[in-house]
Amino acid sequence: MSIRDHARTAKQAMQAATQAAMTKAIQLAPDSWMPGGRPDPLIFHKHGHVGQPVSRIDGPLKVSGAAPFAAEIPLEGMAYAALLFSTIPKGRIASMDVSDALLAPGVSLVMTHRNAPRMATMPLFLTGAKAAGGDDLPIMQDDRIHWNGQPVALVLADTQEQADHATSLIRVTYQAEEAVTSFAAAKDNGTVPGLFMNQPLQSRNGDADAALAEAAHKVDAVYRTPRHNHNPIELHAATVMWQGDRLRVHDASQAVAHTAWSLAQVFGIDEDQVHVTSPFVGGGFGSKTLWQHQVLAAAASKLAGRPVRIMLSREGVHRMVGGRTVTEQRVAIGADADGRFQSLIHSGTIAMTRHNMMPEPFILPARSGYASRTMKLDVEVAYVDMIANTFMRAPGEAVGTFALESAIDELAVAMGIDPIELRLRNEPDKDPSTGAPFSARHVEEAYRSGAERFGWSSRGAPGSRKDGEWLIGTGVATATYPYYRMPGGAARITLSKDGAATIDIAAHEMGMGTSTAQTQVAADRLGLAMDQVTFRYGDSSLPGVVLAGGSQQTAAIGASVIAAQRVLVKELLKLAGNDSPLAGLKVEDVGGRDGGLAKLDDPDRFESYASILSRARRDTVVAEASPPPPLEMLHWSMHSHGAMFCEVRVNAVTGEVRVSRFLGSFDCGRILNPKTAASQFRGGIVMGLGLALMEETQFDERSGRIMNPSLAEYHVPVHMDVPDIEVMWTDIPDPHAPMGARGVGEIGITGVGAAVANAVFNATGKRVRDLPITLDKLL
Amino acid sequence: MDLVINGKPVSVDVDPRVSLLDLLRERLDLPGTKKGCNQGACGACTVLVDGERILSCLGLAVQYEGRSVTTVEGLAEDGSLHRLQQAFIDHDGFQCGYCTPGQICSAIGMAAEARRGLPSFVTADLDGDPVPLSGEEVRERMSGNLCRCGAYNGIVAAITETFAEDVR
Repeated sequence: MSIRDHARTAKQAMQAATQAAMTKAIQLAPDSWMPGGRPDPLIFHKHGHVGQPVSRIDGPLKVSGAAPFAAEIPLEGMAYAALLFSTIPKGRIASMDVSDALLAPGVSLVMTHRNAPRMATMPLFLTGAKAAGGDDLPIMQDDRIHWNGQPVALVLADTQEQADHATSLIRVTYQAEEAVTSFAAAKDNGTVPGLFMNQPLQSRNGDADAALAEAAHKVDAVYRTPRHNHNPIELHAATVMWQGDRLRVHDASQAVAHTAWSLAQVFGIDEDQVHVTSPFVGGGFGSKTLWQHQVLAAAASKLAGRPVRIMLSREGVHRMVGGRTVTEQRVAIGADADGRFQSLIHSGTIAMTRHNMMPEPFILPARSGYASRTMKLDVEVAYVDMIANTFMRAPGEAVGTFALESAIDELAVAMGIDPIELRLRNEPDKDPSTGAPFSARHVEEAYRSGAERFGWSSRGAPGSRKDGEWLIGTGVATATYPYYRMPGGAARITLSKDGAATIDIAAHEMGMGTSTAQTQVAADRLGLAMDQVTFRYGDSSLPGVVLAGGSQQTAAIGASVIAAQRVLVKELLKLAGNDSPLAGLKVEDVGGRDGGLAKLDDPDRFESYASILSRARRDTVVAEASPPPPLEMLHWSMHSHGAMFCEVRVNAVTGEVRVSRFLGSFDCGRILNPKTAASQFRGGIVMGLGLALMEETQFDERSGRIMNPSLAEYHVPVHMDVPDIEVMWTDIPDPHAPMGARGVGEIGITGVGAAVANAVFNATGKRVRDLPITLDKLL
Repeated sequence: MDLVINGKPVSVDVDPRVSLLDLLRERLDLPGTKKGCNQGACGACTVLVDGERILSCLGLAVQYEGRSVTTVEGLAEDGSLHRLQQAFIDHDGFQCGYCTPGQICSAIGMAAEARRGLPSFVTADLDGDPVPLSGEEVRERMSGNLCRCGAYNGIVAAITETFAEDVR
């Protein structure tokens, strides 16, 4: 471990200690002091737009190809960018000859470390409130190479074909240095404890090793998951231009405000001088934050004095945009004769770089999942010279549940107990790690209703069901994802005299259905029809710092709109004055209804927005506010759950695995829009099927180079891999979350890996602990 | 060279290296056709040429001289959506919307193939009669169109509903 690593770890440990003390105080405070201490009134609103299966409001644009994505904004005089990537993992550029490239037709710029403008490094994601960078390395500032695939030159030309051709004419030689590119070698060099969002990925409760040794029943195994790439179908792209010292970026982003601020730091300008918009994003899953390509495009645009479009090739996405890292996880469970957990150990190692901060936190599900007398959880970091790894859909949970939920299945088999029964015997009555009360936890209900619908009771012993050469089996696993609400939310409501409202917030739509569901919510909150509400998002000049990540947008937007509405109502009551039926009422007494404000328990005391504004001679009323800090997350243990049921058919001759049925039964609070939420659940499950059966970023451990940087060789589920997926939900509101809803974007991928692996075991009697479950592992 | 795009004659002077996809997106201001891999692996760039589905990233524009190309922008009739486009909305057959134009063009070409009796890997009856579009047939025939958001169930539902009457 270097001095820099020690310093970073020490600083983080101090922050963690402060945070721990704060957490204790927040846990002890009365409920009423907390955000969500008084349930959102919308939870009790039963006959509005919320809960209706409204079709996407951006649907007509998307099905007709009229939704503009980042690489589809034409700018006058625009040049196209192409990139050249390093072919060694570590060392220096020894020589670089760009003369032929410069002479190639249409070329206006070849940018390398020799002529790139001076730029600061990107603020690393999670190191500051608005930091968005995937790494904190110098970008074309020197001759150093940090990973195999690092961009070493950028060519601008009049057309993409010209830029691509000119890039092929650049000749580079390298002076290689010894790099750590094998996971085994990295572990041999020593590991350091992982820190995730300033919290050590380490917890102890009692002596788990001793309890394991004494346990009547035990399992103890190591599970492995490979690297993954998000691979959204839209390639990472940006169209950028400088207007004087102002930078305009049309980006594909799940973090517009973060990106604007971070780019400002890189170029040493004010945050207000960078304007990032991203109205449509062709999938993100954690990958569409700030990576070097936006910085390089802006730098090239500055040098060339013309707008630039950069669209990474699919290979470029794999070379330049990090994915989920590799994990090696030990899960050991000791249980008493009744199956009650006496010891739960979940520990292991992940690979990370020294220039990012994402130690894939696979222990998160174990922290809150099960009551165990003792517990020991650890994530250790081994440093590798590779592309910075990053957040990918349910970071931690997606792969952590594979190991944990497989191990529980193994214990159930060893004890001869039904795996659902074993899980329910270990349901905790409070958070096992923090002791905080659960805000809402209905795991048992999710299992009960899911098992009934799936027909779980007809399950046979391992290897007992056959259809010709196909072995049939079923498996189950728990899905889990926390409720997050990050600080920084803010929203603006503009109410006009015709009674229509515009909600402005720098949030994102990547296909989650945000704009549709939030229009439904705002319409109900304000008492308007959906067509009277315009939801504007995807623009860094709008209020709020709202990451589309951690499944937190629903809560972050919800809380921000609640805060803005409070300010709006206060202003409206003031404007309404003493001549209104609302005279004398306080903000708490009224709510939006029928295009105006009404007293909550006496709706006859009502005045329309149009009437209030007209009497006050106002064209508009504007209210902007930020919600309180998200202390509810610390005061209560807030988690979503799901019961995932899978049926597989495994070919006894070829080892081929086909998923024939899948059912997800979820407990995620109130569902705002059953149509878009069902798609979120199914989409997560489909990505989970990829994780279970085919996805792997193949990493050459000799050279540190990704070997399958294409959609032909990085396999994702296709139509034929996906059966009809049934989804259902408890729809029980979380009393402490805005709208009673917890986010639904990530939970779908969790638990799927284990549900499939457990079904494969039930079909074949073979336990695969190493993802993906390819046919060679079953022969 | 001359070709017809969405029913309109178009005359372009084009670099022979330019793919049909880039001709549409970068020269003709028709970005509805999407680029997801530029190597024939994802299907996002699917368009119809004389009614047949092709991957526009794998064809050079000059190969299509004199042909009639239909893109997602050309599917609406009289200003209203094609019934398959509407079915995609009704069944939530997309999330981010990026693979959607390719899925829709591909499905229209695919339904025509089934009508002509072209068998797929899962077709039992190889006698050349129109092939009924079961869920299984649709999934097999649409497997070249990737959707990373995982909207496959909705896509299949939209396609089978739309073409149930045509292909039986």
